[in-house]
Amino acid sequence: MQQATLNQRKILTSVLAWLIGLMIFFPIFWTILTSFKTEADAIASPPMLFNFSWTTENYTEVLSRSNYFLHFMNSVIISVGSTILALIIAIPAAWSMAFSPTKRTKDVLLWMLSTKMLPPVGVLIPIYLLFREWGLLDTRTGLVIVLTLMNLPIVIWMLYTYFKEIPVDILEAARMDGASLKNEIIYVLTPMAVPGIASTMLLNVILAWNEAFWTLNLTAAKAAPLTAFIASYSSPEGLFYAKLSAASTMAIGPILIMGWFSQKQLVRGLTFGAVK
Amino acid sequence: MSSIHLKNVVKRFGEVEVIPPLDLEINDGEFVVFVGPSGCGKSTLLRVISGLEDATEGTIHIDDQEATSMPPGERGLAMVFQSYALYPHMSVRKNISFPLKMAGMDQNEINSRVNEAAKVLNLSDYIDRKPGQLSGGQRQRVAIGRCIVREPTAFLFDEPLSNLDAALRVNMRLEISELHKNLKTTMIYVTHDQVEAMTMADKIVVLRDGYIEQVGSPLDLYNKPDNKFVAGFIGSPKMNFFSGDVAAQYNADSIGIRPEHMDSSTESGKWSGVVKVAEHLGSDTFLHVVLDDLGAALVRVPGDMPVTTGDRVYATPRTNELHRFDAQGKTIKN
Ligand SMILES: Nc1ncnc2c1ncn2[C@@H]1O[C@H](COP(=O)(O)OP(=O)(O)OP(=O)(O)O)[C@@H](O)[C@H]1O
Ligand SMILES: [Mg+2]
Repeated sequence: MQQATLNQRKILTSVLAWLIGLMIFFPIFWTILTSFKTEADAIASPPMLFNFSWTTENYTEVLSRSNYFLHFMNSVIISVGSTILALIIAIPAAWSMAFSPTKRTKDVLLWMLSTKMLPPVGVLIPIYLLFREWGLLDTRTGLVIVLTLMNLPIVIWMLYTYFKEIPVDILEAARMDGASLKNEIIYVLTPMAVPGIASTMLLNVILAWNEAFWTLNLTAAKAAPLTAFIASYSSPEGLFYAKLSAASTMAIGPILIMGWFSQKQLVRGLTFGAVK
Repeated sequence: MSSIHLKNVVKRFGEVEVIPPLDLEINDGEFVVFVGPSGCGKSTLLRVISGLEDATEGTIHIDDQEATSMPPGERGLAMVFQSYALYPHMSVRKNISFPLKMAGMDQNEINSRVNEAAKVLNLSDYIDRKPGQLSGGQRQRVAIGRCIVREPTAFLFDEPLSNLDAALRVNMRLEISELHKNLKTTMIYVTHDQVEAMTMADKIVVLRDGYIEQVGSPLDLYNKPDNKFVAGFIGSPKMNFFSGDVAAQYNADSIGIRPEHMDSSTESGKWSGVVKVAEHLGSDTFLHVVLDDLGAALVRVPGDMPVTTGDRVYATPRTNELHRFDAQGKTIKN
């Protein structure tokens, strides 16, 4: 009896989870499907599911019209660059907050997180003016800096929660065993923190890859990443749903594949280490 | 060779004084046990000795050398943590060799020492496993192995057996005692289990609220406790305490008598009472009695005494085993 209700519950939650999963995935699925339709089929009503004439002309068209490779490289450089820079700043910061906290440590953390609550558009004008002043508009350097600053609070917060999980006993054991601070960090702390650092890195790359506010507002052509590349197909002068879909598919493809391969790390990252 | 001397050591966390000024001498080769109730500062004292925690005031000498501000790694002390604190990402071999590697020892020497330690501790079969694949007792042995390879001047143990089940605890207790006999190295052992303290120690330090209540050999503390606290803390089952008229008869504020120091009878005796519960263990009988006018008491009778709940029994304290305390709880010497 008990077993039966338990099984029913299990089936119910599985069905629900699948439904929600499909709902979330549907837009991506539809985008990919649309990218293989002709422009006419793409806006056909009622919408066509599989019974349209499949074509790859959107992709050839998009590839010939814009420099996909340039945007792709920009995306890679900006997301990876800002992630590495953020980690370099965040690791020592999180370390000191996790292992030698003071009365105000929690306040500092909350304050950092609170900066994420400000709508970015609130600081667009000052940042835009600064960037113009310093010649950083439409440069990769400028975007790396701005995205580093945007994601730093989250990176520090995540690393802090990971470092917190490392039992202090083990670090103390290393100290008793005669390890210097340097050796303690190299041989004991870092190897134990690697999973946490990796998930933080992955999540941050994804956030930076998909960031569309600053990348659209601070770039024109040279430094524009894939987000800007997508946006260039949603121009008001015409409805290019199929081409827009093709561009989107090409933009999210790389990050989707990366996410697929690093699922386990990513789940850890997204749940802030709650799942092991 | 290592003696440890603490002089006027004080430890404060902010405003809170966990250890008031304290003096303690630990001689070379001694097995010293710190006991006391939870929160009395045993771990803190051990950590101050280890260097993981700085002494707020006072000095620590190890082998006549001032060590008060030495970092933990330089004090030549090895520590076994309650949580074992093994390096989870390293194999047993790597764990045990870590302190040697940090000391920059030659790889051949490291290997031979690690193999030797693994043999002594029965770890040879697990040498390539990670700590996560070991049982509690095996982890404990790895933690000890990590200490012995260094040939430290003293071992520090912080409740090393509290995570093990009862049977294993007895085993490991013997193993540690044996280790001490073989190595003859100074050992400081923290526990709140007074059986561990009694069976292992050369010298017991009883702590309460950071104060040392008494220092002495296990039998000293058992036979001649300085005060009521030590009398009640050392010995199992606990000493019975009575105050009021009966204590006045002995010219004391209160008196104490251990359960094993009363003679019992079903016919006559000094004190009379009714059995509430009788525990028949075969070797002993524990009588929980309610004594007329005195209240609840525990009497330990060797062998079996055929009584049950509700029976009337008589208990006679052995006068020479009776402890008398003044109003401050101090022992009144005879
Ligand atoms: N880092 C710290 N900051 C503030 N107070 C502390 C700190 N460490 C310990 N204390 C306090 O010091 C007192 C003694 O703690 P300690 O850990 O030494 O007790 P213990 O005798 O080892 O107890 P147990 O048997 O439970 O392990 C406790 O009241 C504890 O709250
Ligand atoms: Mg403790």
